[in-house]
Amino acid sequence: MAVLVIAEHDNASLNDATHKVVTAAAKFGGDVDVLVAGEGAGDVAAAAGKISGVRKVLHADGASVAKQVAEAMEALIVPLMDGYDAVFIPATTMGKNIGPRIAAKLDVMQLSDITDVIDTDTFERPIYAGNAILTVKSSDAKKVITVRGTAFDAAGEDGSASVEAVDAPAGPFKSEFVSEQMVKSDRPELAGAKRVVSGGRALGSKEEFDRLIVPLADKLEAAVGASRAAVDAGYAPNDYQVGQTGKIVAPELYVAVGISGAIQHLAGMKDSKIIVAINKDEEAPIFQVADYGLVADLFNAVPELTEAL
Amino acid sequence: MKVIVPVKRVIDYNVKVRVKPDQTGVDLANVKMSMNPFDEISVEEAVRMKEAGTATEVVIVSIGPQQAQETIRTALAMGGDRGILIKTDETVEPLAVAKLLAKVVEEEKPDLVLLGKQAIDDDSNQTGQMLAALLDWPQATFAYKLEKDGDALTVTREVDGGLQTLKLATPAIVTVDLRLNEPRYASLPNIMKAKKKPIDEKAPGDYGVDIAPRLSVVKVTEPPVREAGEKVEDVATLVSKLKAAGAI
Repeated sequence: MAVLVIAEHDNASLNDATHKVVTAAAKFGGDVDVLVAGEGAGDVAAAAGKISGVRKVLHADGASVAKQVAEAMEALIVPLMDGYDAVFIPATTMGKNIGPRIAAKLDVMQLSDITDVIDTDTFERPIYAGNAILTVKSSDAKKVITVRGTAFDAAGEDGSASVEAVDAPAGPFKSEFVSEQMVKSDRPELAGAKRVVSGGRALGSKEEFDRLIVPLADKLEAAVGASRAAVDAGYAPNDYQVGQTGKIVAPELYVAVGISGAIQHLAGMKDSKIIVAINKDEEAPIFQVADYGLVADLFNAVPELTEAL
Repeated sequence: MKVIVPVKRVIDYNVKVRVKPDQTGVDLANVKMSMNPFDEISVEEAVRMKEAGTATEVVIVSIGPQQAQETIRTALAMGGDRGILIKTDETVEPLAVAKLLAKVVEEEKPDLVLLGKQAIDDDSNQTGQMLAALLDWPQATFAYKLEKDGDALTVTREVDGGLQTLKLATPAIVTVDLRLNEPRYASLPNIMKAKKKPIDEKAPGDYGVDIAPRLSVVKVTEPPVREAGEKVEDVATLVSKLKAAGAI
């Protein structure tokens, strides 16, 4: 048996999500190869070779896959699947974008966002915003799987797999990359952060979000998150959204400020190790999952907390 | 351009789901059902395109039980022109949905299919991408902004770390994300008008598509329950508790 893992990276560095997917793939069993598709991503391919348990790295280098657009990734991955029983892909925006496209080409049903591998046909995944856990068995011969990173530990880095070049697909494709606006930040990345400070609608404005949440996150060296309500109201970018339709996080410490705790938000953070909630409504559902709840006006409590750290 | 908007009838966003004691699924009896929230955003976008003169016709498609007709009516009340209901009481997986939609596309020949990025029941996030693959059409998932640019579409997408802009040749598939727009509430006159709009009724068999599931449910269970911790008096107590727990 052999499994292909698709690497998450930005051409400069390998994202830790890849290490977690390798752990999931190893649990599935068989040889684990990692595909690095990018442009000038030689360092990423070398880093992927160091992941424990990897047999070899396939490195596709070319402009067509520089931004991993779906059409080019499909053209690259589908032919490779002749040699694999499964493809494991991180459930990042990259993975969610390409996975189903590959599955449909192979005429198989994708298993999305798995949280456990039971055996080579059976997997566990959350449904209904994590309010139910589905154990599901696939009858398809090949498996196309996206993996929820927070459910698996990152594989170590004591490997020394060789890197083999594969051809990047020749374009043109029917979609073309135009531009990107990436938020430059020194903060830890939300999905993998050890600490997260999230703000909700109770902050009332973008100005207050920036004035209260950001310094607290700075003090804690934490990533910044937000509830859907705060994103909807324009207090924070969508990329900060924690929850069913945003990012799933499981940090050591999660601080929820002015977040009531709708089930859709809880779906994204309830596996955090320690949860702190600050909210003036003592009936807020967030307190039902918080290890430490502070019933207080956030406009007083947050500056005080930032000061005290 | 002609636009197809598939919509799904799902458990209402505000309902807390309960797992059935026999672990075969979740209890949907007497539960409020609504249009999948992301599908409302795609309907809204299509209707705005029509109002702006870029869309000529908006066709709403739903696959599901008879009651899915109500979901189509809701979309028609928002401004859709006509509906197609592919009626089935079976569970239809995303791959089968995509195959049925591909057949509808062959008949209707739209320039754009606008879908919600995921349904809030199975949280699969697959149908749009699968449809794009089956049709060999370009795709832009998680749309934040959508603009017509001659015969092409310029779509800005929500991606990890920021935004990405793609240019797509048409016909194309676009799946929508939260910030694309704020869906309207249908007005009473529009709800009345929607009752007269045509809805074609079909069956999966009419399209010759095999909808047999590829996945089988082994069991559905409750997630582990997280116990509530303690309330702390003030910020100083919170800080000392966090220090004691080694969290800071």
